[in-house]
Amino acid sequence: MNVLRYLIQKEFIQIIRNKALLPMMTILPIVQLLLLSNAASNDVKNVNLVLIDKDRSQTSRLLRNKIEAANEFSIVSYATNNSEAMPYLQANEADIVLEIPNDFEREYFRGEAPDLQLLVNAINGQQATVGFGYLNRIIAGFNGDILENGSMAQMSQTAPRAMIQIASRNWYNPELKYTHFMAPGILAEITALLTIVLTAMNVVRERELGTIEQINVTPIKKWQFILGKLIPFLILGLVILTVGIIASKLFFDIPIRGSVTLVFGYAIVNLVAVLGFGLLISNFAETQQQAIFVAFFFVLIFILMCGLFTPIESMPKWAQYFTIPNPLAHFISVSRKVLMKGSGLADIKMEFIYTIILALVFNSLAIWSYKKQQ
Amino acid sequence: MVHFESVCPLRSSSIRTSWNRLVMQAIQVDNISKSYGKISALKSVSFQVEEGELFGLIGPDGAGKSTLFRILTTLLLADSGEGHVAGNHLLRDYRKIRRIVGYMPGRFSLYQDLSVEENLSFFATIFGTTIEENYGLIKDIYVQLEPFKKRLAGQLSGGMKQKLALCCALIHRPEVLFLDEPTTGVDAVSRKEFWEMLKKLKQKGIAILVSTPYMDEASLCDRIALIQNGEILTINTPEGLMTEYDLPLYAVKYDDTYQLLKGLRKMPYTKSVLPFGDSLHLTVEAETPVSKITEYLTDLGFENAEIRPISPTVEDIFLELSRRTESKND
Ligand SMILES: Nc1ncnc2c1ncn2[C@@H]1O[C@H](COP(=O)(O)OP(=O)(O)O)[C@@H](O)[C@H]1O
Ligand SMILES: [Mg+2]
Repeated sequence: MNVLRYLIQKEFIQIIRNKALLPMMTILPIVQLLLLSNAASNDVKNVNLVLIDKDRSQTSRLLRNKIEAANEFSIVSYATNNSEAMPYLQANEADIVLEIPNDFEREYFRGEAPDLQLLVNAINGQQATVGFGYLNRIIAGFNGDILENGSMAQMSQTAPRAMIQIASRNWYNPELKYTHFMAPGILAEITALLTIVLTAMNVVRERELGTIEQINVTPIKKWQFILGKLIPFLILGLVILTVGIIASKLFFDIPIRGSVTLVFGYAIVNLVAVLGFGLLISNFAETQQQAIFVAFFFVLIFILMCGLFTPIESMPKWAQYFTIPNPLAHFISVSRKVLMKGSGLADIKMEFIYTIILALVFNSLAIWSYKKQQ
Repeated sequence: MVHFESVCPLRSSSIRTSWNRLVMQAIQVDNISKSYGKISALKSVSFQVEEGELFGLIGPDGAGKSTLFRILTTLLLADSGEGHVAGNHLLRDYRKIRRIVGYMPGRFSLYQDLSVEENLSFFATIFGTTIEENYGLIKDIYVQLEPFKKRLAGQLSGGMKQKLALCCALIHRPEVLFLDEPTTGVDAVSRKEFWEMLKKLKQKGIAILVSTPYMDEASLCDRIALIQNGEILTINTPEGLMTEYDLPLYAVKYDDTYQLLKGLRKMPYTKSVLPFGDSLHLTVEAETPVSKITEYLTDLGFENAEIRPISPTVEDIFLELSRRTESKND
C-alpha cells in the first residue's frame, strides 16, 4: 500500500510542476464553455419561417397572427403550397416551413387534434430544433387562448384536451436557453476529453523517456502502477469537472436542479471508464504524438456520436446503438438529466449500468494489453 | 569397503562443485538467443559472471548489448536459452530478480521533472528502504551530488546525471548491478571517476555487468566478453586477451597514409591493414620477417616509411577476431 502512496505522491508532484497542465485544466474548460455555448446561442434568436395557410379560416389566421407577433420568428414568405415553399428551404433562407392543413379549423373544433405539418431545414438542425421549441410554446399558448375566449367558437367543453399537439423534446428546458442545454454537455465532453488525452500522454511519456523501464525493474506490481496512474488522473478529472460546473453557474447561471453529489458520483465511474480507455491507447502508442492522434481520433468519434450536437433520438438506428459503448454519451445524458431535469438515481440507472460495464471492459483490456507489452 | 571409500569422496566433491556453481555465480547465461523479426540480435550467447566480479561487455553499436541487458533484467523475454541472476531463474523467479538487481539503462531514465533528492527517495521507498539506511553504499558518489540535491534531474550535466542514475540503481543495495553503457556521452574525466567508483563497489561485494563501446575501458574490468552482431567473439581477462593475438603486428607510418594503405593491401604477406590514428596497423602471416616488408615498401617507393613491431590493443584483437568470425560464417 505504501508503494501506491509513493507512486501517487510522485505523480502529483509532477502534475503540479507541469506548467502546461494547470492552465489546460482551468482555462480550457472555461473557454470551450464560453465559445461553444455562446456561438451557437446567438443564431437561434431569429428563426426564419415560411407559412402555408391552406385553411384560411379564422382560427388559422389567429394562429398566424400569434406566430407573426413572436419575436423569435421572422416570416420569410407566405406560400400557398409545398412546392412554392421548398425553394426557400433549399436556398437555406428558411429554417422551417409550417403548413396549416385544409381542415384545420373543422378538426380543431371537433376535438380531433389537427396535425400541423413541419418541414425542417436539416442543414441547421439546431436552429430548427430550437425553432420547433418556440413554435410549440406558441401553440400551447394558442390552445389556452381559445379555451379562455369562449365566444370565439362553439367549443364543446368535452374536448378541451384535443388540441394541436407537437411532441416536445425540450420540456425540461422550458426557457429554451441553448446555453443551458449545451453547457452540461460541454462539461462532460471536456472532462472526458482532457482525461483521455492527459492519461494516454502521461503513460506514453514514461515509455518515451524510458522511465517505465526503470520502474519495471523494481518490485512495483502492475496493478500498483496502473492504480498509481488512475487515481491521480481521476482526481484531475474531478477538478476539471468542478471548474466547469462553477464556470457554467457563474457565466450562464445554468440550473442545477438535481443533486451535484449524484453527478460527481456518476462522474467517478465514468472517469474510471475513460481513464481505462486512455491507458488502453497508451499501450499501443510509441510516442506522445501517436498517443495524441489516436486519442483525438476516438474522442472525435465520441463527440460526434454522443448527442451533444445532434440529439441521439434523431440519429439512425445503427448510430444509436453506437452510443452504447460511448462513455461520453452517457456522461452527457446524465449531466443533462441531473442538472436540468433534476433526475435522481433511478432515472440514470441505465447510464450507470452501461458505464460500469464500459469501465470494466476498458480497464481489463488495458491491463491485459499492458501485460502483453512485456 | 575399499571400493566404497574411493567412490564417496568423489561424489561429495562433485556435489560441492555444482552447489558452488549455483551459489557463487552472479550471472549465468546459457545459449540465449533473441530476434526482432528478421534481425537476430543475440545468437546463442553463453557466459558466467562470478560473484563480486566486474565483467565488461564490449562491442560496437548494434552488437546486442542492450538486448542482453534487457533480457537479464527481466524486461524482455529471450526466444530460447536460459539465464539465472544470483541463482534466480529469469522466468520463474523474475519477481525476486527485480528486487535484487540494480539497473542503469543506456538512456537516462529517471524523472527529469523530479529533483535529485526526490528521484533518490522515490526509488528508495518503492524498494521499501530509505536513503539513510543505505547511505554508506552511495556516500562517495552522493557527496558530489549533494550540492545539487534540489535541482531537477533534467537540468543536471551528463556526468551528474550518470552519478544520480548510479545512486538510484544502488539505493536498495542490489546483489548484481547492470550498467548499460554508463560512460557513453560522458566527458573523459567523469569516465575515469566512474570506473574508480565501480572498483569501490566491486570491493563491497557487488557483482557488476557493464557494457561499453570503448575498447580502452577493457583493461579496467576483471574479465571481458567481446561481442559483435549478437555473437560473443571471446571471453578472457584483459591480460589473457593479449595472448590471443598470435600474428606479427606492426605500426607503419608514412606521410601519405592513403597511398601506403593501398600499397600494403596488395602486399602478398598482408593479412589485414587498418588505419589507427595517424599510422596503419599491419598484420602479416606468421613468421614473416620484417626485412621482407621493408623490401616490399622500398620497391613501391615508400623508402622512409617508419615500421615497428607493436603489441596489440583491444581494438586490434576485436577487429582480428571479428574478421575471423566473419570469414568462418561465410
Ligand atoms: N525493439 C527493437 N526492434 C527491432 N530491432 C531492434 C530492437 N532493439 C534492438 N534492435 C536491433 O537489435 C540489434 C541489437 O541492438 P542492441 O541490443 O540495442 O545493441 P547495442 O546495445 O549493442 O547497441 C540491432 O541491430 C538493433 O537494430
Ligand atoms: Mg545499447
